[in-house]
Amino acid sequence: MGVRTITLGESFQQLASGMGTTLEIFFLTLLFALPLGLIIAFGRMSKNALLRNIVKIYISIMRGTPLMLQLLVIYFGPYYLFNMTISMAYRGIAVIIAFSLNYAAYFAEIYRSGIESMPKGQYEAAKVLGYSKPQTFFVIILPQVIKRILPALTNEIITLVKDTSLAFSIAYMEMFTMAKALAASFKSMIPFVAAAIFYYVFNFIVAYVMEFFEKKMRYYE
Amino acid sequence: MKVLEMNHIKKSFGSTEVLKDISFSVERGEVVSIIGPSGSGKSTLLRCATFLETMDDGSMSYLGHSLVTSKNGKAVYADKKEIKEALTYFGLVFQNFNLFPHFTVMKNITDAPIRIQKRNKDEVYAQARELLAQMGLSDKENAYPGQLSGGQQQRVSIARALAIKPNILFFDEPTSALDPELTLEILKVIKNLAAEKMTMVIVTHEMSFAHDVSNRMIFMDQGVIVEDTTPDALFHSDNERTKAFLGKYYAK
Repeated sequence: MGVRTITLGESFQQLASGMGTTLEIFFLTLLFALPLGLIIAFGRMSKNALLRNIVKIYISIMRGTPLMLQLLVIYFGPYYLFNMTISMAYRGIAVIIAFSLNYAAYFAEIYRSGIESMPKGQYEAAKVLGYSKPQTFFVIILPQVIKRILPALTNEIITLVKDTSLAFSIAYMEMFTMAKALAASFKSMIPFVAAAIFYYVFNFIVAYVMEFFEKKMRYYE
Repeated sequence: MKVLEMNHIKKSFGSTEVLKDISFSVERGEVVSIIGPSGSGKSTLLRCATFLETMDDGSMSYLGHSLVTSKNGKAVYADKKEIKEALTYFGLVFQNFNLFPHFTVMKNITDAPIRIQKRNKDEVYAQARELLAQMGLSDKENAYPGQLSGGQQQRVSIARALAIKPNILFFDEPTSALDPELTLEILKVIKNLAAEKMTMVIVTHEMSFAHDVSNRMIFMDQGVIVEDTTPDALFHSDNERTKAFLGKYYAK
């Protein structure tokens, strides 16, 4: 007799490994999407009309369809399209691929807005002083662009923290997938409360760290 | 010796002909002012000379090194390496300073000589401190451009242009973004450079300053050089267009 319930503390304990997985998704996505976004931004601003339009369509699709759908396509695609067997290990990989491709598209547009907001005079001054194009970009332009785009980037990164929960749609064992299972088996809301606290604290830290960077960039006007 | 020689320069933006067969040259130690109404092509000429615009036709050489030649009515530029080398022959001071806001004053001045010209760090820093002293900005080494007045920023940008040891210095309306007091500050600096025999080409609207500082004055209008003569001769010109233009300034 007596249905065993679950406490908040136990929920956290049970969810600990899932939290690790969530952090992994978060950091790996940033690791791949931040540089990839810059490359996509270059494509989006390319003088080559074909490349520019392909990238434009890519961004449009990534922004115009749900991330969850993209995740399902990337996870099940190899099976439906090529009849390949999907291994368990591919789940995590599919999550990182889908998230990176999606977030890179958003980051690309943020980079582009920052790069295009730079005054022409900065490029001209650099050119006359002999800076090559890559030197101009990495030494003169990019550091200023980063300062300009930090607030927009913060928004996206906070959304990413919450979006990691979409991995539940392919039953990848990150924190939210586990919390759902736990809640179902214990018929309790408590695991969801634990999940909420986790996301909130995570984002609180993200916001704090980004604010720190913004302050650090305030060394010049 | 001619520091800069430009011959038969033509440049159009779309269907607008901005430079119509312009030829001019600058001797070592000369100070040349270019005046003329807005849209006369004087800034475009400077931007062609500094590779910020590509001329359609014409030839150009610095210190006898041919960098642009005219072939079949088209300007042909030298290869990248030669142009890069040519960029060290001149310095350009912009109307809006265009300092790098994320660099300190010191780094603004020293970064190109160290990073691009690969010169010795200590030597570059010593030279930069000398330039800052000359500009009256010794205490601003570690300031950022955003913390300086417009006049101070323009003096830093002059120091930055001088740091690469150019043979000729171009000024594109260096005081147009400054109030009268700060303008005087900059004009004083340019006068000092003239006294040191720095070769300079100055596009300006400061008529009496141009008269005082220049060996030669050029009046441009509608894409052509109307007159290229001494300051006194220009101010006593019989040319109707010159008189009309200068008259507007005196009327002020």
